[in-house]
Amino acid sequence: MRDSTDSVVRLRLVYLARLREAFSSAGEALSLADEAPTVADVVASLRARGNVWAAELAPGRAVRFAVNHRLVRVDHTLADGDEVAIFPPVTGG
Amino acid sequence: MPVRVQTEDFDAGREIARLRAEDRGVGAVAAFIGTVRDVNAGAGVDTMTLEHYPGMTESALEDIVAEAKRHFAVRDVLVVHRVGTLGPGDQIVLVVVTGAHRGAAFDACEFTMDRLKTRAPFWKKERGEHGERWVEARASDDEAAARW
Repeated sequence: MRDSTDSVVRLRLVYLARLREAFSSAGEALSLADEAPTVADVVASLRARGNVWAAELAPGRAVRFAVNHRLVRVDHTLADGDEVAIFPPVTGG
Repeated sequence: MPVRVQTEDFDAGREIARLRAEDRGVGAVAAFIGTVRDVNAGAGVDTMTLEHYPGMTESALEDIVAEAKRHFAVRDVLVVHRVGTLGPGDQIVLVVVTGAHRGAAFDACEFTMDRLKTRAPFWKKERGEHGERWVEARASDDEAAARW
């Protein structure tokens, strides 16, 4: 049996490098009231805040995502407790 | 330990000697060292600070090493990557590949660097004559990674 709490997905967001500085935050907790949200839903939720969030995550900006330390595409489906990292393209080496 | 992320410098000669001593089947060693340049995009660089994503970095590098070993007939792959603040001339990254023959060792070394450049969560921030700026990813790095 599913009850209403099943449809809330609680996520830990991590912001890195330029995005951490732009957002003035290393991360936060975010809950989405959705059955099976994707990374794109997280991005849409953050963009809706406007200002620097909308600017840095605007369509066409190069942004990368990792879920539980694995690189994923924006259509990746999220589960309760996932750690979602959002960052610019990497520049190591 | 095939991958290490550290603030300290590394000694390529010592790392290579250790890999060779552990394996007498080695007939070829290919190595790459990336270093900090004093100029980037026409501007002088005083320091470069490397940040990473602790927890993901090691697993991403381990995945790359495992992939290199699957794709190429090599015996071992070592990756050492530094983080923190470095200056011009400082060493950033070391890749060492040992194999029976040179062809696979060269290829696996280049493959490992190409993957690292596009998949390992490191970011560079430069301070220099134009102030402070995050280094932008290059399209040529994506192209290099795509050819494998």
